[in-house]
Amino acid sequence: MIIGILKAFAVGGLLCAVAQVIIDKTKLTPARILVSYVCAGVFLTALGLYRPLVEFAGAGATVPLTGFGYSLAKGTAKAIDQYGAFGIISGGLAGTAAGITAAVVLGFTSALVFPSRPKFKNFISESKKTK
Amino acid sequence: MNLTNEEYGKYVKRHALPSPVVKDTVKAFVIGGTICAFGQALQYLYVAVGMDKEIAPVMVSVTLILISVVMTGLGLYDSVARHAGAGTLVPITGFANAVVSPAIDNKAEGLVLGIGVKLFSVAGPVILFGTLSSVVYGIYYYVMKLMGV
Repeated sequence: MIIGILKAFAVGGLLCAVAQVIIDKTKLTPARILVSYVCAGVFLTALGLYRPLVEFAGAGATVPLTGFGYSLAKGTAKAIDQYGAFGIISGGLAGTAAGITAAVVLGFTSALVFPSRPKFKNFISESKKTK
Repeated sequence: MNLTNEEYGKYVKRHALPSPVVKDTVKAFVIGGTICAFGQALQYLYVAVGMDKEIAPVMVSVTLILISVVMTGLGLYDSVARHAGAGTLVPITGFANAVVSPAIDNKAEGLVLGIGVKLFSVAGPVILFGTLSSVVYGIYYYVMKLMGV
């Protein structure tokens, strides 16, 4: 178990370190990094390289955004095996449905609940003043 | 201290701060790695309490999204992200942060044009290009299957 956690640390850390080098060297914006990572995940899965990485590193490969691409590709392949050509348009989002739904629903809830930050700061400083 | 040029060069090299790229990269490695290691520990826990092995990694992502969304709402995620760079961007927590942050900041514009639109300012391109690549891969996979490769 400890070995598994260390593997996840090493591989996940490495994927982040690569992104950091890309950011520092090319000034690519964060949004572009995220998009590139997802597409890279699909591409590496297509080449048959990402699945072994997931088997080796577990969350170290599924938690970084390349893992999102892996889920897209895995879902597509699974749906094509099951339904034929229909799987081309149904599988990708089916494979990532839980993640997308969680991000959208929790994101919406959080945006409703939490105050926007500039106001939040004012709120704190004002409450300090009144004391 | 009497130093030759060569010795002075060595002295400076020994004491100079590592280049920002190296420092940034090490930070990204450690913090990103820690998030993934935490995810892996969580995955072991979920499997140990009887969760399906296929579902556990997905629920790990959902849990990390939940943690990230709450930390973003409290303004805590950004204070970690300032030091971690890609270490907090690349894990799914960074994606969740990128989804919520603009939505919270623009909630004054309303439910539809504020939260509704801004929630997808980063998720939109990610889902678009992700889905697009999965369809391209799907066509490739289907054709390969038809040809019996």
